Amino acid sequence: MNCIVCVKQVPDTAEVRINPETNTLIREGVPSIINPYDLHAIEAALQVREKVGGKVTVITMGPPQAEDALREAVSMGVDEVRLISDRAFAGSDTWATSYTLSKAVEKLGFDIIFCGKQAIDGDTAQVGPEIAEFLNIPHIAYVKKVEDISASSVKVHRLMDDGYDVVESTVPVLLTVVKEINTPRLPSLKGKMAAKKAVITKMDAQAIGAEQENVGLKGSPTQVKNIFAPQSKVNRKALDGTLEQQVDALIEELRRMKCV
Amino acid sequence: MRIIIRTEKCSGCGECVSSCPFSAIEIKDDKAYINEYCNFCSACLNVCPEGAIVEIAEQGDAKEAADLSSYKGVWAFAEQREGKLAPVALELLGEGRKLADQLKTELSAVLFGAGEHEARELIRWGADNVYHVADPALNRFNDEPYSQLLIRLVRQYKPEIVLAGATAIGRSFVPRVAGKLKTGLTADCTALEIDRDSGNLLQIRPAFGGNIMATILCPDYRPQIATVRPRVMKKGLYDADRNGKILSVPAHGITSGTKVLEVVQESSECMVNLQDAEIIVSGGRGLGDTKGFELVRELAELLGGAVGASRGAVDEGWIPYRHQVGQTGKTVCPKIYIACGISGAVQHLVGMQSSDIIIAINKNAEAPIFNVATYGIVGDVYEVLPMMIRKLKEAKA
Repeated sequence: MNCIVCVKQVPDTAEVRINPETNTLIREGVPSIINPYDLHAIEAALQVREKVGGKVTVITMGPPQAEDALREAVSMGVDEVRLISDRAFAGSDTWATSYTLSKAVEKLGFDIIFCGKQAIDGDTAQVGPEIAEFLNIPHIAYVKKVEDISASSVKVHRLMDDGYDVVESTVPVLLTVVKEINTPRLPSLKGKMAAKKAVITKMDAQAIGAEQENVGLKGSPTQVKNIFAPQSKVNRKALDGTLEQQVDALIEELRRMKCV
Repeated sequence: MRIIIRTEKCSGCGECVSSCPFSAIEIKDDKAYINEYCNFCSACLNVCPEGAIVEIAEQGDAKEAADLSSYKGVWAFAEQREGKLAPVALELLGEGRKLADQLKTELSAVLFGAGEHEARELIRWGADNVYHVADPALNRFNDEPYSQLLIRLVRQYKPEIVLAGATAIGRSFVPRVAGKLKTGLTADCTALEIDRDSGNLLQIRPAFGGNIMATILCPDYRPQIATVRPRVMKKGLYDADRNGKILSVPAHGITSGTKVLEVVQESSECMVNLQDAEIIVSGGRGLGDTKGFELVRELAELLGGAVGASRGAVDEGWIPYRHQVGQTGKTVCPKIYIACGISGAVQHLVGMQSSDIIIAINKNAEAPIFNVATYGIVGDVYEVLPMMIRKLKEAKA
């Protein structure tokens, strides 16, 4: 079984803060990490390899420094990695990103593609299903359990808003996974050594056979018109005095609203 | 289009560096330089005192505009589960009605599965037309049939705007539709407006981990597709006498590699509690550990409310995901929302800021949660919560 995992390097958004004076993001000192959901996707692929054999290839699309994410993947024990990188990819929205990644996986060959359910910086959850559409294969989103897997089919549990569905699919297929599916393994010492030594192969637009008009800004139907700080709308009511006086005033308000 | 710095004009003053929301401008050797984080958002264009930052056209920018004017009308995808309409369907009709009226065009609902009764209901909730594929096999959600049918309908009837719920269903199959049609899809919009001049849909959503809001446009492709989370938009008015057309659409020629074998509905009391609760007490990273939630739970019980959480607390594993409020959790609007140790990333705020009254308790006076709070207490949650609990107990006794 040939598994490909698509991962994204993201800023650790829990660490990103906004500068209240300039309304801009403070990125300095914010570490880059593998999107947390993608770690579960890597783990899911490794478990498939352990069960039915085959290999796991992790790919990422991004600037040269996204190489760090691939080294981390190597340390978890994946077989191969590819960096999909080209200046021409800059400014890609979800459409152009999905197109580019679909070209790359097509080139590499696959049976099952794994993605995290979404990336924590954009939260769109679009790229996985869109890759499947470009490849003309089925996908199952929000997979929380792989019940059965064979060379020709998979049976999984898909998380829904009101429970879950048991879904069967032919292979090839693309699965996006949620956290409940597994606990990602920690890198082994051997893995860390391998990660240090790993040679990262890069693929550019030409190598994956992507058409110029479909990548980067040109291939992106959506545009960011502007960005702004979220507004505050409220009529604030002050609470004065010591902490205890403030708490008393608050409870008085709750009482007035008949909550107590 | 590209943004470049005319190095010969650049004085290296650094004004532009702080203007960039993506930290995409650096000063190297006394000259500004744009790195690969550039998102082409144009925020830096007018800040350079030397006029050294310019936008330049690239070959291929002037693509022949598809005939956008042939796309007319607003569509709302009406989600159903096992034949019953989802509340988000009615909310989309409420919002869609406003957009259609502004554009002086028709609002249509798209219904896969369910019956004629549900189709009629959609008209009473504001639709002028309903495209109904009344195949009972569609009562169960399956990505490929849903996307193939919606793609087919869009190609045939050419709507300018398509809205769908940002639910497990909408977020799964709508990307396939946008991919196939080559058009833009904006996820989890918190507000939608029509640009007066261009008639384009302004799609507003939290971006970059929810620390900032972005307005997204899809100017050159149609339809403009957006998903909206449940409970963000308001239902319109129900009119039992409203008339509209139901167009029956056949489901022939649909294929699928996936098969839904079983639908398991879980009674998730807590989920219902959260979205229906009049009072929610929520905890965040500031609680420090699982034990903090015991205080949150105790306060919630005293007030007869439900327990919520920020993503930070859920990510730490202090409380299960079903308690999560915010962009990637539940959207709630209780009468009273008490945020304990929650700093208030936009991502959290969009999930709770329509609450009637917001009470924030945080030891950091600069925490953004105070910007939306009706009442704010700057203090340690481990001091304030026990005090509140004690006083409420006294009041009850």
